[in-house]
Amino acid sequence: MNITLEVWRQVTPDSAGGFVTYTVADATPEMSLLELLDRLNADLVDHRIEPIAFEHDCREGICGCCGVLVDGVAHGPALNTPTCQQHLRSFVDGATIRLAPMGAAAYPVIRDLMIDRSALDRIIAAGGFVSTPTGSAPEANSIPIAKELADRAMDDAACIGCGACVAACPNASAQLFVGAKVSQLARLPQGQPERRARARSMAAAAALDFGACSDVGACRDACPAGISMDVIAALNREVLRASWSRR
Amino acid sequence: MTVADELIEAVGVEGRISSPADAFREIGEPLAVDRPEGPVDRAWANHLLGLELVNPANRRTFTVIVVGTGLAGAGCAATLGELGYNVDVFTYHDSSRRAHSVAAQGGINAAKAYKADGDSVERFFRDTVRGGDFRARETDAHRMAELSVRLIDHFVALGTPFAREYGGGLATRSFGGVQVSRTFYARSQTGQQVQLAGHQALQRQVAAGTCHLHTRSEVLDIIVHEGVAVGVVTRDLVTGAITPHTAHAVVLATGGYANVYYTSTLAKASNVTATWRAHRRGAMFANPSFVQFHPTALPIDGEWQSKSTLMSESLRNDGRVWVPTQPGDGRQPGDIPEHERDYYLERMYPAYGNLAPRDVSSRAAKLQLDAGRGVGPLRNGVYLDFADAIARLGNGVIDERYGNLFKLYEEATGENPRKRPMRIAPGPHFSMGGLWVDYDLMSSLPGLFVGGEASFAVHGANRLGANSLLSASADGWFVLPFTIANYLAPQLGSAPLPLDHPAVLATVAEATERIERLLHTGGATRPDVFHRQLGRILALQCGVTRSAEHLTAAITDIRTLREGFWNDVNVIGDGEHVNQELERAGRIADFLDLGELMCIDALDRDESCGAHFRVEHQTAAGEAQRDDDRWCSISAWEHDAAGGVPRRHSEPLEFSAIPLVTRSYR
Ligand SMILES: Cc1cc2nc3c(=O)[nH]c(=O)nc-3n(C[C@H](O)[C@H](O)[C@H](O)COP(=O)(O)OP(=O)(O)OC[C@H]3O[C@@H](n4cnc5c(N)ncnc54)[C@H](O)[C@@H]3O)c2cc1C
Repeated sequence: MNITLEVWRQVTPDSAGGFVTYTVADATPEMSLLELLDRLNADLVDHRIEPIAFEHDCREGICGCCGVLVDGVAHGPALNTPTCQQHLRSFVDGATIRLAPMGAAAYPVIRDLMIDRSALDRIIAAGGFVSTPTGSAPEANSIPIAKELADRAMDDAACIGCGACVAACPNASAQLFVGAKVSQLARLPQGQPERRARARSMAAAAALDFGACSDVGACRDACPAGISMDVIAALNREVLRASWSRR
Repeated sequence: MTVADELIEAVGVEGRISSPADAFREIGEPLAVDRPEGPVDRAWANHLLGLELVNPANRRTFTVIVVGTGLAGAGCAATLGELGYNVDVFTYHDSSRRAHSVAAQGGINAAKAYKADGDSVERFFRDTVRGGDFRARETDAHRMAELSVRLIDHFVALGTPFAREYGGGLATRSFGGVQVSRTFYARSQTGQQVQLAGHQALQRQVAAGTCHLHTRSEVLDIIVHEGVAVGVVTRDLVTGAITPHTAHAVVLATGGYANVYYTSTLAKASNVTATWRAHRRGAMFANPSFVQFHPTALPIDGEWQSKSTLMSESLRNDGRVWVPTQPGDGRQPGDIPEHERDYYLERMYPAYGNLAPRDVSSRAAKLQLDAGRGVGPLRNGVYLDFADAIARLGNGVIDERYGNLFKLYEEATGENPRKRPMRIAPGPHFSMGGLWVDYDLMSSLPGLFVGGEASFAVHGANRLGANSLLSASADGWFVLPFTIANYLAPQLGSAPLPLDHPAVLATVAEATERIERLLHTGGATRPDVFHRQLGRILALQCGVTRSAEHLTAAITDIRTLREGFWNDVNVIGDGEHVNQELERAGRIADFLDLGELMCIDALDRDESCGAHFRVEHQTAAGEAQRDDDRWCSISAWEHDAAGGVPRRHSEPLEFSAIPLVTRSYR
């Protein structure tokens, strides 16, 4: 396959950036978008051009490192699929593909396609945990949890932290990310003692860096973990309940 | 007489057998048996009683450096932070959530004995030691089995959504060649879920101000002062700044090194640098050649394929492994009639069939590939066929069991495993070798502790499925916090080495020089090219099977390759910005050194055991033949700072609870 790539190049967070056009003549349909970048980078380096910086690690869709805007779509054309699992099979021979960093005010560009998503960790640090000191846990089966509940908690817990929900959202809202964690822990008995405080502080932390949700649903289409928009409703409910309570 | 011979005679450990390894190594003093007093099942409890404690009020005066935020690192850092220590945590990732532990699918073992299937801590311990082919310490394996029970409680308390039965209790499954059901799982994302538990606990301590997390910071070297590890030198992967950090103790929880083979089931960035640098500074490296090949990884189809992605072991529950009986058979799988197929695992191992253990299955596959019966465009895979299972159970049941995995396979290959058998191949997966540690998980470099896959730990010569999430977590949450306190206690009142101390400055200067050297060789070849070549050498000559002849050749090949690297590597860009080529080049440089030691170790260990299969040592039936008289020991390698050959020390292994027996899966 012959693929033309228009790639965002930017050397430092403060420098100006722009699209640069490259072609790869020997692409194959089995290649993932990241393998296409590997192929291109090898050529660039052989021509003494600095390669395109991009993030990736596991290359099997679970680490959440990768993620770029592909023709304006977070992660790429296949829905609910991370960039590392987007293959050239989805494109026609001769296609032009535009790759840009997943832009958002809370995601400054570090270099080329790399962005800084540490704002997401700040939300977790605000309350996305259960405060059980090591060694203090009761016997695991002493608290039964209905299978259905555990399964639904797992649905929420599947978030890979790639941040594509924010990039896909016209408001750059992180509510899908926040809702997933709040909802997971609100479902489980272990999450109850800190339930109200957690919802309040995580929502407050999110509001510092991210926009509000207006129910567009673009996050759901981009999410590689298939997180449901129900978690946003759950989040709103939890925050509302928390506002009535002092705990 | 060679120097080695003299040493052999002096210490009298080896007898007088000359070895082809003589040219590449020396033999050092044997190590003492590393085993706490008393019976194995009381060892940890007794040992704990003897450990010194640090008064809660004094803890904040101690600083501990933890490198890595995987299961081992995050668990250790979060627990130390919670106890009140001052913790500096480093990861090259952009977040503590991303460590490669996140990719584990299958599950985590624990001897909860929730089913009436005869499981117990004792049985789990035995399975681990036997599975490791008697090349692990009994006491360490027993401790892991004991701690497994509390660990599951802990993860559940942290909100880990493990799978449940309808009655609300935790579900388990049987995994990796054992006959009891002790594997806890969270869908096919167990690693992710326990990793997130650690990440969240760590973030809680970050918010509390006890843990200081340095993301995108790569440890390039260990600072050693008067024979003690006192800090690390890091490079900021965004600005390139090289900075020293000192502390009262250093923990490396930096994961495994199977990426030395270039393609593996690991994440692309996984590397050996932190432990290799520690090795160069005095920490011994144990059993470097012990690497597990997973039999159900994806074959490499083309030059640009990123990795040999792991397809879950569970597929072998219903899939049948076969190859055409005729070498070079180019027909489509559907055109090959039943009588021209060899279901070789079922034929060779009737008792276990397609579920034979990892090392055994990988070796059997390699035999078929070597005989030219491989399938696929490059003839480097074997079939894993679901046709019979679908005929027996229907598409619905099979989809329910393996739908996710089929999707993953289809995404990766574009082929539908319901219509066409999957192609799988052995892929490098897990390093049983790693830095040598004592029962306290301290390396031979005092002050340097090692946890998780980075250490050589409990898995012996072969790791059982679902034991590694466990060992990494147990090390981090439930062992290191106790043993580190014991190390810190006598240091009360001392301060970490000042940052302007000559030992600190010298290490910073060396790390800086190395970066400069990499940037300015003036060469013309991309770093990756060397990595690929190294991978090829190792896969062919120090892979699923090994021989003295091949290993000797590989050592020479790697030495030549390394020389080529330092003369001709082209690292483009500079040291002041994000430079992923520079990051790669540094890691490859260390892999080149490690690769040589792996071959020397494999050549030296003149027996077969577990995943280490020397073709010279097999039974009449083609199974690994241990030599317990000469090799019932751990090989701990010492680096020669003067540039000489590495020195091997042997730590004898004693088995008091479990008699030495030969594994059999026939
Ligand atoms: C595909 C796959 C599936 C698996 N499935 C299972 C399973 O089902 N069950 C099971 O028990 N085991 C499984 N394993 C094995 C298991 O996942 C690992 O052995 C275990 O998670 C390792 O944990 P760790 O904490 O030692 O290291 P890791 O999780 O690899 O963490 C390493 C950390 O160290 C950091 N680091 C490394 N070097 C440096 C440096 N120089 N500077 C700064 N930071 C550094 C990294 O950033 C990272 O944070 C699987 C492994 C793979 C590859």
